[in-house]
Amino acid sequence: MNSSPSAVTEAALGMPGPPPGALPRLLAGIPSQGAMELEEHVGRHGPLPDLARSRRGHAREQAGAMIDELERSGLLGRGGAAFPTATKMRAVAGARGRAIVVVNGVEREPASLKDRTLMEMLPHLVLDGAILAARAVDGDEVIVCVCETARASVQSMALAIGQRERSPASLGDGRPPRLRLATVPAHFVAGEESALVRHLDGGPAKPTFTPPRPFERGVSRRPTLINNTETLAHVALIARHGAPWFRQLGTAGQPGSALLTLSGPVANPGVYEIEHGASLTSLIAAAGGARARVRAALIGGYAGSWIGAERLQGVALSNEHLAPHGASLGAGVVLLLSEEACPVAETARVSRWLAEESAAQCGPCVHGLHSLAATIDDIAQGAAPRRATLRVERLASLVSGRGACGHPDGAVNFILSALECFEAEFAEHARHGRCEACMRPAELPLPPRVHAAPSRKAAR
Amino acid sequence: MSHRLRVNPIACEAHGMCAELLPERITLDEWGYPLINGEPLQPGELENAIRAAQACPTFALLLESDGGGRR
Repeated sequence: MNSSPSAVTEAALGMPGPPPGALPRLLAGIPSQGAMELEEHVGRHGPLPDLARSRRGHAREQAGAMIDELERSGLLGRGGAAFPTATKMRAVAGARGRAIVVVNGVEREPASLKDRTLMEMLPHLVLDGAILAARAVDGDEVIVCVCETARASVQSMALAIGQRERSPASLGDGRPPRLRLATVPAHFVAGEESALVRHLDGGPAKPTFTPPRPFERGVSRRPTLINNTETLAHVALIARHGAPWFRQLGTAGQPGSALLTLSGPVANPGVYEIEHGASLTSLIAAAGGARARVRAALIGGYAGSWIGAERLQGVALSNEHLAPHGASLGAGVVLLLSEEACPVAETARVSRWLAEESAAQCGPCVHGLHSLAATIDDIAQGAAPRRATLRVERLASLVSGRGACGHPDGAVNFILSALECFEAEFAEHARHGRCEACMRPAELPLPPRVHAAPSRKAAR
Repeated sequence: MSHRLRVNPIACEAHGMCAELLPERITLDEWGYPLINGEPLQPGELENAIRAAQACPTFALLLESDGGGRR
């Protein structure tokens, strides 16, 4: 907390900074609809910090100073893995060859909206972070990756990139990077880092066997920095206001604020900016309170973990607070399940979807996730042999750690956590089959199925 | 320098040769994919491990040295 102000902070002095410790930070001035224009963005946040013209040293030293500042800030990646951003940047900066920066806005977690909220409404905050990151790793190209079905995000980022190109000052000093947009197919694993690299190199958007990792050999075999959109939005603000400012919010292990997507039976589901360590109760209150009795909360999305209602009262939203519950924030998804829904039917439905979203490259993932989904389906319908939950646990152990990417591990985590949190409900279904709640509409969101051909009715 | 076995799960097509040739290190799961003991190989095991890696029809079985190299 007492780190001396760096070149980056000094460069930012005199800028109208937001009051310390106040929220919102990222979402400050967010338009009620449409995107914040470049002019308004610069008016609110100030221009990009002018690294090259700050006091001393060459561009390389300045880039190093920025990574140092990010290290002091303690910023962790917001795509789900919570990896230290400065460490990643340093690895890319230290690798041989000219770097590329990839903005990961693919956001394939069905219940997450924070990346598209940033891209649709605050695209210049994301671009600021990407340009600064390119400077930090000496990259000459920024590729913004957006899911092809997120049309509003694609449009907004394309417009924002156009605005930057028409206003060279907005690209920063020195040699500004080229900015371009790439769309990515709508599959769950398409947002995985190695899948993005493969897609950008003209291959299928499926994970590859690692190493090499993207930081050493990524797009066009060049060192590639892949950061989540929210991570880069924080970079944009830390470069302006400094690490001590960033750390005025959050916990020691997870400093700063975070964007969470809250869904389920609350008055106003949506994206909220919270301070890490804030209580779940305060998040629900900010969303207008619960509209129904809550059975459990799923933290971290469909690779995440359930926490039962009886334990929700004391839950604080940071990874160190969630660890004793076996949970972590992941990409910031918080889903509330009401008492109305059947947790077994919901688990069966999501498990089936997770199996179908396998990239179908690794045998244990393909066979294991389908067997898991089938077994859970059998349990839900009361058609499973006795002790079928032991079969689920056995299958889970056969799947974990045996894929090229983390998808099977995430799916298994979700399934095992459901089995534990809803033990009584699973036992009830195993004995008696479907319950009354099974007949009610599903609560957990899944993407709509894409049909290959329009139905006859639609064609007329 | 110690060596470990690792499988490339994308390349593996469950031919099962590895488990035939190196049963003390590799068993097959219920779908025929290898479950590998990834502890460092004993010097006496190295020759058989190399043979198993070379026998894999899809080159999915990898022998990695602690320095990170593959063969």
